Amino acid sequence: MTPDALAPYLPLLAVLVLAGGLGAIVSVMSALLGPKRPSAVKSTIFEAGSEPSPGSARQRFAVKFYVVALLFIVFDIETVFLYPWAVNFKALGWFGYGEMAVFAVTLVIGLAYVWKKGALDWES
Amino acid sequence: MSDGLLHGVVYSVLIVSVVLTATAMALWFERKFAARMQTRLGPTIVGPIGLLQPVADLLKLLQKEDIVPDNADAAIFNLVPPLAALAALGAAAVVPFSPSVVASDLDVGVLYVLAIGAVTVLPIFGAGWSSNNKLALLGGMRAVAQSISYEVPLLLSAMVPVILSGSLRLGTIVQMQADHHWFVVWPFFIGLPAFGIFMLAMLAEANRIPFDIPEAESELVAGVTTEYTGMKFALFYMAEYVHTIVASAVGAALFLGGWDGPFFPGLHWMVLKTLLLFTAVYWVRWSLLRFRSDQLMGLCWKWLVPMGVLLVGAAATWVVVFP
Repeated sequence: MTPDALAPYLPLLAVLVLAGGLGAIVSVMSALLGPKRPSAVKSTIFEAGSEPSPGSARQRFAVKFYVVALLFIVFDIETVFLYPWAVNFKALGWFGYGEMAVFAVTLVIGLAYVWKKGALDWES
Repeated sequence: MSDGLLHGVVYSVLIVSVVLTATAMALWFERKFAARMQTRLGPTIVGPIGLLQPVADLLKLLQKEDIVPDNADAAIFNLVPPLAALAALGAAAVVPFSPSVVASDLDVGVLYVLAIGAVTVLPIFGAGWSSNNKLALLGGMRAVAQSISYEVPLLLSAMVPVILSGSLRLGTIVQMQADHHWFVVWPFFIGLPAFGIFMLAMLAEANRIPFDIPEAESELVAGVTTEYTGMKFALFYMAEYVHTIVASAVGAALFLGGWDGPFFPGLHWMVLKTLLLFTAVYWVRWSLLRFRSDQLMGLCWKWLVPMGVLLVGAAATWVVVFP
């Protein structure tokens, strides 16, 4: 890419650096300015004041979270494919319309299948 | 450095400071607004009508002890609060407040807003995971499930203005609405529901009530922020407000005609529309209860996603039939 093509991204970089930098600075300030009176109880985890429940938090968790992640990947990538089409849609006209109709119908069939299989029911 | 670059960098500094100031004011505004809804007075002591309350809160949080739990993954634990601020503020860079007041009117603006919005899920999950607290991890897992699910209707509804205007540049989308109609006005049967889905999905991404599952203070203590103290907690808290403000601004630009309006300069209209949208967000927040996780996922996958696909189809049909 030419420098001209990258020029619009410089302000973005500036905003991101500023935002991240400010965040880092205030975190460090808080660590420097705050009182330091560590104690054994303070550095245990907080569970609404009761004794921390035994065992690590990092255990296996429900499979439904994985199902949602898989669904997300499928549908999110399909929608990302739609974006270049959406921008050029006016130029593509009926041809683009037909092509994307096929794609969208496939997507909807996929959603209907997943729905029928019960993957969309969170409590099951 | 050329004038264009200088302009861009100056505006980016300006936009970060303005958004942060607006966030401080939003904190005050929400407390005042909520208090009025509950026939209370809200903050009154610090400054005139309590206006300096956010400053007082900030100073108080700065003086708090910085605690990292023994079993926490310290590197991630310390890294994610600045990342939350970065992800929330990042999108502000491409929002056009008027034809000239914009840090960078990127040619892929909509894509950038959606991409940086999707990053907000990382700090929340990172916080939940690194705290090594069961409540925080549960909050984090739910947040990931919720945010990635609502990403799909968000992408679909944001595609409607893109199809109608044929551009990913926010400036062009707004100009198109200024020249013709706002997308919520005409074609209203496409624009209005798309706007509704967009705002709902944005709320879900910013984790506002009725979508505040990751925090859920009545069941998960404070969700992912349970183990955070001082400014690190403040960063998460602030990121939520920044995200709401930026989301309102993007919604105003995509569907409500951005800077377009009679009599006043464009900047005034854009600010007014953004303010109206985030007042609506607070209104919802203080009126509704929290949804259950299963209701939330059902609403997203069984209603918003099919509706989003339909709306994209309707928008395409509209454009192809009435070019």
